[in-house]
Amino acid sequence: MKTPFITGVAAIIKKDLRAEIRSRELLSVMGLFALLSVLLFSFALELDRQAREEVVSGVLWVTLVFASLLGLNRSMALERDQGGLDAILAAPVSRAAIFVGKLLGNFVITGIVGFVLLPLMTALYGMNLLGGPVILTTVIGIFGFATVGTLLATLTVQTRAREALLPIAMLPIVLPFVLTAVRATKAILSGAAANEWQSALGTLAAITLIYFLLCLLLYEYVVEE
Amino acid sequence: MIDESAIILAERLSKAYGNLPALQGIDLSVKPGEFVALLGANGSGKSTLLRLLSGLSKPTGGRLRVGGWEMPGEAMAVRARIGLVAHQPLLYENLTARENLDFYGALYGIDRRERARRIQDSLRAFDLHKRADSLARTFSRGLKQRLSIARATLHQPDVLLLDEPYSGLDQRAVALLDEMLAAARAEGRAIVMSTHQLRRAPAAADRAVVLSRGRIRFDAAIGSLDLSEIYRSASA
Repeated sequence: MKTPFITGVAAIIKKDLRAEIRSRELLSVMGLFALLSVLLFSFALELDRQAREEVVSGVLWVTLVFASLLGLNRSMALERDQGGLDAILAAPVSRAAIFVGKLLGNFVITGIVGFVLLPLMTALYGMNLLGGPVILTTVIGIFGFATVGTLLATLTVQTRAREALLPIAMLPIVLPFVLTAVRATKAILSGAAANEWQSALGTLAAITLIYFLLCLLLYEYVVEE
Repeated sequence: MIDESAIILAERLSKAYGNLPALQGIDLSVKPGEFVALLGANGSGKSTLLRLLSGLSKPTGGRLRVGGWEMPGEAMAVRARIGLVAHQPLLYENLTARENLDFYGALYGIDRRERARRIQDSLRAFDLHKRADSLARTFSRGLKQRLSIARATLHQPDVLLLDEPYSGLDQRAVALLDEMLAAARAEGRAIVMSTHQLRRAPAAADRAVVLSRGRIRFDAAIGSLDLSEIYRSASA
């Protein structure tokens, strides 16, 4: 009777990515925002090279958070406007499968923006952001944003003030991710001892896991009337 | 009296949003193959009732059984037996007709080979095969509605729920929809269709259920009554 979890997840990811590849609606908005943001920071901090090196990890994560906010808002609005969410909820698919499917779709799209951003910032800021530890931190951090954002975007998209409400709801909640991710990235880029950035990375992974489990449990209550 | 042969059975069903009652004391039974028209003015509770029947919303009181399964406890089993055609077509504009059907087929757990076969049959049955690989956003309202019904019937549901399916359709699309509903009924599906277009209901349905302010004001077989008079008094 119930559609297998993996089948539901795979169908939703495939649908989201197929629609995005065709329209490039989310990627173009998020990508353009990310590009403008890092360029703006780069020009604004041009005069002070040392300050620029100090803030590069902050610029990376703030840009990623705001780019993912833009994408999440639009992704759920598309789902709501076309009524697709109701059709998915009317199908015999577990709410957990819907959450994981939407989350992974958002994760891949935000991840693409992240992986364009890393070489771009490497070129603009003159620091190597393409090392394994930075990439790993970026992957975990983006997964964390996508987790919280998927839940909150589903909640706020049902309101009239969704564009304003998602940042207000999401930013305080993702603060632990941002602070920990900035700490880990800064430690990696400054060449600190491995145990220092590994500890921050471990904390980031733990926060992500806790948020993932919480969001998975809460999603059913968010989508049910 | 409880009708055990009913595929939909609601007893004293109610739904409230906070302190605002949307439905109160709804008693309704629908047999397999029966076509029930839900009539009522805007805000009478038709869409809320359809959302409860489809498992999209949980009742706040009473009892609801669909296909022998209790709602909302066994909603997952119920969802597999229901096809929903809402006022919106519930289609993804950036997917083709075939891709939309493939997505929903997968959500209903139809395996890949069977899905491909059913999609092909469905596209032919709904005269959409020539537009199978066109994006849904290029479709007219009538074409979208046809695709929407193809989507809702792909998993061969026992119950078809339709919310204002005639709105925005031209005459040709209306005739096609009538044909599709007749075919679904001939296949033994129970149909519950909400409409505020009184003229549409008697042509197709067996029974009319008139809702007003969240309550059933009238429930009887069509043909035995002056529906327009009842509808007028219920909507007043």
